Amino acid sequence: MSRPEISAELSALYQEMILDHYRRPRNKGTLENADASVEMKNPLCGDEIGLQVTFDGDAVRDLKFNGRGCSISQASASMMTQLVKGKRAEEIESIRKKFRDLMLGNVGAGDSELGSLRALSGVARFPARVKCALLAWNALETALAGRAG
Amino acid sequence: MTPRKDSGPGADLDVRSDFPLLASDPRLHYLDSAATSQKPKIVLDALRDFYETANANPHRGAYSLSVRATECYHKARVRIAQFLGVRDSDCLIFTRGTTEGLNLVAGSWGYANVSSGDEIIVTALDHHANFVPWQVLALRKGAKFRVCELTPDGKIDLDFLSELLNERTRIVAFNHVSNAIGTINPVDEIVRLVREKTDAIVVCDGAQSAPHFPVSFESLGVDFYAFSGHKMLGPMGIGGLIGKREMLEEMPPYQTGGDMIEFVHDDRTTWNVLPLKFEAGTPNAANAVGLAAAVEYLDEIGMDRVIGHERSLISLAQKRLAAIDGLHIYGPSPAERSGVVSFTMSDVHPHDLATILDGEGVCIRAGHHCAQPLMRRLDVPATARASFYVYNDESDIDALVAGIIKAREIFAYVET
Repeated sequence: MSRPEISAELSALYQEMILDHYRRPRNKGTLENADASVEMKNPLCGDEIGLQVTFDGDAVRDLKFNGRGCSISQASASMMTQLVKGKRAEEIESIRKKFRDLMLGNVGAGDSELGSLRALSGVARFPARVKCALLAWNALETALAGRAG
Repeated sequence: MTPRKDSGPGADLDVRSDFPLLASDPRLHYLDSAATSQKPKIVLDALRDFYETANANPHRGAYSLSVRATECYHKARVRIAQFLGVRDSDCLIFTRGTTEGLNLVAGSWGYANVSSGDEIIVTALDHHANFVPWQVLALRKGAKFRVCELTPDGKIDLDFLSELLNERTRIVAFNHVSNAIGTINPVDEIVRLVREKTDAIVVCDGAQSAPHFPVSFESLGVDFYAFSGHKMLGPMGIGGLIGKREMLEEMPPYQTGGDMIEFVHDDRTTWNVLPLKFEAGTPNAANAVGLAAAVEYLDEIGMDRVIGHERSLISLAQKRLAAIDGLHIYGPSPAERSGVVSFTMSDVHPHDLATILDGEGVCIRAGHHCAQPLMRRLDVPATARASFYVYNDESDIDALVAGIIKAREIFAYVET
């Protein structure tokens, strides 16, 4: 089967990597003995995410997510878990801010620190979908804030 | 072009060119009229005409321009009341829309008449606007808030309702038509059940019925009926609440201020008569005039033709969508629905569907449709919803179906 004819914006949005993470989400499930557990919903559209994190000092030792939602929210969550595992809170915060800037269209191309998350850069062209991409990151921010408190 | 009257009910309705926004973009397939309708040119002209020829503050000035504004506002009320089968037009209170109308009943009648231990019933089919005001009222008053469950095909379960009704029931609120899945509710039967078993008031959310089929408040037999102008070809920010005179007379004001008063003493105030008692502040006269033009336009088409046209589109959409593998349609059979087809796809989330359809010029709604209690019961976080009105035709359904198939191809495609 050939790929259907779609606009440049749509093909940038639905990149193969995003669809792959949507179909085969990484780190999906529940963590035993999580240090932080956050549930977050997007009340506008019903996207849901549950995030569980264990810490090792200042770093994220492991994390898993569950939930349901659109391809963007689920792929973003899956890619986030891969990227932040093993990283320190400070590094994660730096990535989170850069990713947020990318989503809000404040920067054109993503910083190399963002790694695979740059595949989501097409979302910036769809203002209605930005909140989908940020949902998991908002949950992670809450989880990290809970650790500090 | 003016609507044609010369042929049978519905299927041939061809009025798209009356709607400037639709006429300006032939590629646009607007399938979100349950959220808000497009506006015909005559409504836009009526708004402009009011501001160009009659604009002044109604009920205020002694000068002739203000008298003209007052007359326009009054005539609009009479015209809209006539459209909805209300003989006594003083019983039609202008509001911002259905939400404000329902809040008016909750805030006025509800606060004055509901006490601790009383019961308020809504249904799992209701829009948040006909759910939350009653829930808040119940919590503040210490009343019980009861939610009537649905049948598996998404209709109000009348046996369940019957069980809920008792001598403590003070309010029964439900929607005439579900905005989320389109169910048309049997108002007669609900009213009969409520009257048999209780002295409760019956409040009907008419946001999705007034635009789509003939409605006569007096025949419905409910105590209050709320509707929105912007869903029936009128401007945003105008709608109405219709109530029975004896109840409206007894109810305390909802908001206070200018226009709704009679005499303001230093220590007390007396209220104006209906309908102005419930219309504090400068009225939205221009939009009332615009809504009157909209109902005039609908009457010219004929509401029987409106519903006939939608019925034929809905059954066609149902047939075409049901043929798509993995597509699930919610709600009862097309004959028991109005205006709406709500569905999910097994492999494409409603948001992704809406984004891809948007790329094809097709506007649908994806989400919970302000009906989270219903979505929980359907066990889905969101559905996709296509809704139809007078300006839609078969080409909109063709575009919808083609877009859905494209969305599924995008999601099924794997690079090799």
